[in-house]
Amino acid sequence: MRQWIAFWNIVLKDMRAYYLKPPNVSWGLIFPLAWTAMLFIKSGQGLENILGLLPGVVCISILFGSTSMLAVTVTFEKKNRSFERLLLAPIPLSLLMLAKTGGAILFGTVNAFVPIVIAMFLADLSTISWNIAIPGIVLIATVSTFLGLFIAVSVSEVFEAQTFSNFFRFPMIFLCGLFIPIASLPVFLRPLSYMLPLTYGADILRGAIDGTNSMSLGLGFIVILSFCTILFYVSLRNINRKWIV
Amino acid sequence: MIEVVNLTKKFDGVIAVDELSFRIRQGEFFGFLGPNGAGKTTTINILTGLARPDSGSIRISDRDCTNNPKAAQHLIGVVPDDSNLYPELSGYDNLCFCASLYGMRKIQRQNRSKELLATFGLEEAANRKFGGYSKGMKRKLTIAAGIIHNPRILFMDEPTTGLDVGSARQIRLLISRLHHSGTTIFLTTHYIEEAERLCQRVAFIVKGKIVKIDSVSNLLQPVLGKKAMLITFCNPIMNLYEKFERTFPNLKCESLSDAQVRVESMEPIYVGPLVRFFEDNGSEVMEAKRITPSLEDVFVITTGIEVNTMRKEREKPHSIP
Repeated sequence: MRQWIAFWNIVLKDMRAYYLKPPNVSWGLIFPLAWTAMLFIKSGQGLENILGLLPGVVCISILFGSTSMLAVTVTFEKKNRSFERLLLAPIPLSLLMLAKTGGAILFGTVNAFVPIVIAMFLADLSTISWNIAIPGIVLIATVSTFLGLFIAVSVSEVFEAQTFSNFFRFPMIFLCGLFIPIASLPVFLRPLSYMLPLTYGADILRGAIDGTNSMSLGLGFIVILSFCTILFYVSLRNINRKWIV
Repeated sequence: MIEVVNLTKKFDGVIAVDELSFRIRQGEFFGFLGPNGAGKTTTINILTGLARPDSGSIRISDRDCTNNPKAAQHLIGVVPDDSNLYPELSGYDNLCFCASLYGMRKIQRQNRSKELLATFGLEEAANRKFGGYSKGMKRKLTIAAGIIHNPRILFMDEPTTGLDVGSARQIRLLISRLHHSGTTIFLTTHYIEEAERLCQRVAFIVKGKIVKIDSVSNLLQPVLGKKAMLITFCNPIMNLYEKFERTFPNLKCESLSDAQVRVESMEPIYVGPLVRFFEDNGSEVMEAKRITPSLEDVFVITTGIEVNTMRKEREKPHSIP
């Protein structure tokens, strides 16, 4: 019980101190809005194509919302040594890091619903399978956050966290099949696409939103869960190795 | 309460802590004294679980914490050398958050936070952001955060470093009260007089090794009865040491700087002959004051290092008021 009090308060503290700050809220609103508008104009198609664009915009909103936020906040706390307070708390490291990532997962999940809410006014969303879309969104937010954690443990400065995040995010956007179908990519890039978690997340969302998934949904969930597990445990190992020296 | 045996830690081949062994009893105020880089913070980090030892063992409250520092973390509080609370949270929210890390329930943590804010005289600043606090206020709140869960053992790393005289004095008073309330305190400092004034037992640590460990009263034995005088000159003095020794065979004169000497003896020191000696030899005396030999002298005698640095430290305006 005591550990869960700590867990919940770490999540709440991060939400209050970082994620619910006006700049982040506006970033969470403006960024998906800008992507939606940009892709909508670029497609040159009518409102009927909104559902086709939605999986990509949702994925990008989550990815950009959670990855850098987590990487930056953890690096910032490590830099000003307030992270030491958490390491000194009598809670297991794995629970502590789940709490630290909990806020970013929530933030990413909420970010995902910004373009969905916008789309509600422009298209009929009654065909979306929410029982697939919602777990898919949460999993994409989780894997993006754990990627942010992996980045945070690999850098020591806040600006490095931002740069390193982009090193992962931008290639991922163009290789995960959101805007360029994987089948249209050069042959040598295709294996790389299948090594990216967002490829499977985008496919799940396509399946949930307009039924155009190219892989089995079960496989998608298993692969993303595997990515989550690997990224989390590699990050924990790195924290143990690098931060508790 | 705390038992450390042969604790060793290296960083990139450099020995930071070298086979440290000591015991701290329940309710004891224990001081770890040494110059910067002696291994004080590394020792605290290892004992609290922020660093891992290369070898040796640690037991805290009969729990083996060598490989499992989490085993005793609920019993300990830590005041780091840096005020590392959250700058974007208010003082009150910082304390409530720190209390929650130890599993305290909402009402408990609210009451305890208010109580500590009152104790530390920070009630008026309770709702201001920690980032806007003065250095002294930050230290006070950091100490309050360290004791929010009523720990049985409190580790304090240089709690008064860099503070003005008034704030340092207040903090020492608060630390003293904590000890009297039954908390075991492990204090690291390079202010020797602070250790002398607060601690019951002190260890001198130099280059990662404990060179002496004993109660303050036992450590002071060699200098008890010793008299000392600090003489400051208007201008740099000439080399008069040989002549001084011939004139005053019972006195020992040591240069502290170009324009300051320290005279020591086991017998009473008379000011008049000393001032006359220096003035007759062309050195104008600005000030001559008696000083009481202290733990600092014991430290210097024991370790043989940092003589001038340690003494200058004492003369600094922020030294013990």
